[in-house]
Amino acid sequence: MKKRLNIRISGLGGQGAVTSAHLLAMAANNAGLFSISNPFFGAEKRMAPAESYARIGPEKIYDRGELVYPDIIMVYHPQVITMQKSYTAPFYSGVKENGLVIINTATDLLNEEDHKRLDDLNVAVFDIDATKLALEIGGTELSTNMAMIGACIGITNVVSLAEMEQAVQDRFGKKYVASGGTATLDEAIKKKYAKKEQLLQKNNETIKAAYAIAQEWAKSSDNLALAVH
Amino acid sequence: MNKEVDLKGKKVKLSQHVKIGEKNKMNQTYTDVSDMFAAKGAPSFLTGSEIIRDAVKVASVDISVAYPITPQSEAAALIGELFAEGYLLDYFRGESEFAVMGQCAGAAFGGARVFTTTAGPGTLRAMENFPMWAGSRLPIQVVVTCRGVNSPLSIQPDTLEMAYLLETGMLVWHAETAQDLYDFILAGFMVSEQPDVHLPLANCCDGFFVTHTKDTVNKAPEDLCLPPYDPYKSPVPCMDMECPPVRMMRDPFIMKSNYISYATHASWQQEVKAAVERSRKHTIAILGGLIETENVDREILIVSSGTAVSQGREAIRLLEAEGIKVGLVKIKTIRPFPYEEILEATANAKHIFVPEFNMAGWMAREIKALIPNNERVYEGPRVAGGMTMPSEVIAEEIKKHLGL
Repeated sequence: MKKRLNIRISGLGGQGAVTSAHLLAMAANNAGLFSISNPFFGAEKRMAPAESYARIGPEKIYDRGELVYPDIIMVYHPQVITMQKSYTAPFYSGVKENGLVIINTATDLLNEEDHKRLDDLNVAVFDIDATKLALEIGGTELSTNMAMIGACIGITNVVSLAEMEQAVQDRFGKKYVASGGTATLDEAIKKKYAKKEQLLQKNNETIKAAYAIAQEWAKSSDNLALAVH
Repeated sequence: MNKEVDLKGKKVKLSQHVKIGEKNKMNQTYTDVSDMFAAKGAPSFLTGSEIIRDAVKVASVDISVAYPITPQSEAAALIGELFAEGYLLDYFRGESEFAVMGQCAGAAFGGARVFTTTAGPGTLRAMENFPMWAGSRLPIQVVVTCRGVNSPLSIQPDTLEMAYLLETGMLVWHAETAQDLYDFILAGFMVSEQPDVHLPLANCCDGFFVTHTKDTVNKAPEDLCLPPYDPYKSPVPCMDMECPPVRMMRDPFIMKSNYISYATHASWQQEVKAAVERSRKHTIAILGGLIETENVDREILIVSSGTAVSQGREAIRLLEAEGIKVGLVKIKTIRPFPYEEILEATANAKHIFVPEFNMAGWMAREIKALIPNNERVYEGPRVAGGMTMPSEVIAEEIKKHLGL
């Protein structure tokens, strides 16, 4: 890895945007890279805008707080775009040249102007129906964040699948209390699965499926300038 | 020590001096703080809230009182888990921040090592207690996870509340990172409990940027812990209604009972201020200095504290790539303010930039009031209300001001 990769995740409260930024940073940390992750949200409530940021790089990272100039933007929910539930307007403001936008959607949510502005910056847009993948493979839409992580690492290769699996294991495999809200959500997830092992396995399968789709897209995509190896 | 004295048939334990090397009931070995720092292990990747818990775990804290307010709630909840595991003697939830700080005072008056956390509006609500703590010489430690205080409401980081703490008579430190916070919590007890200091410490950090950020931290092994608080080292007699310091309780000064009350009040405030200054030598011994500097021979300097320093470090990288060389001064202790150190570090600077996460610019004021030729100080850039301060903004503002 030669230069910093700044990832901005725009989602809605309850979708696991914060957890996935932590997972990306933990995986990068496992991979021997420098990383920092932090969330940005108002009152903790479902469906309210929630953002999180993962910064990953080859040297010590001091920068923290809201990520104003990201290389990658991940949109976890269509309402981030359609109802402008993001901290920046439009949701892609500040995105760097040759960047990447990954959107969880079954249909194109961008208008002509959005496409033109992103094209002018040579920013690639990858639409993936992460919620559908989560429902089909994970068995719950709560695994949407796993599919989004899989897509992110499938395109950027910033960490390997094995490193991400380890991070998921570290995060969900043992007791973890970040806050009352997070603890409740963790319980909700656990109830969906008979056993913790099943939870880990299903989540990893969801990550893998999205990873494969994203890799395929990155191979065939002509306009993808972002290369992180 | 630990000699039991027979007092009219009553057994009174005169002292509980615990020797370094002895073990507590959690099987942790009492260790000098410098040895704990030297024994730090491999880095852990944790949130700031988890770091607070891990520091308290090895800090021989007796009592902690909690009250929820973002962004310190997680840390307070995690300390509750430590209590459940047996690391604290007592832990409970207060009725409000004001009540919490009063309860902390009671516990400290009773001879306990006391730790608590608060933030933003909680700090302001509890404010009356802080000068009372200092005046009563209670070495309570409060971690202040700074956030917005003014309406409209914000839970995001804003360091305005630190300005209110500056003249309370407390020690006020400002951690840049989770590592700082961990070190400051442990060092803080050792400094603030020195008999010639014996003052409360506000260990401040920027909420979210430190508390909710996952970062790498080197921690001391968990089978070591700080030596416990020895209340018999207090420079003032134990205070209760039967034994008030001077005539504080029986003849409050406000009653204008006699000339002694005026003199006492005035001289005691001077003594508290002097005690803040006396903490320097202990802090320097444990933390290696009140400030940290990088390349202060350069003409352009960034001087600040907390996360503003981190953002400054990134701005320095950006400017370096364009051939603009900038030095850095990081201020760790705001009270005592490092007068000599800052004078020396800024002696050769032609331009001094003070980035801050608050509208008031109190840090820039502190520096301007101190250094000669203070037109060298550029007050900014500043953000407020919990806004983020990208390093690009700092770099741009420096270039703009210098016409580069």
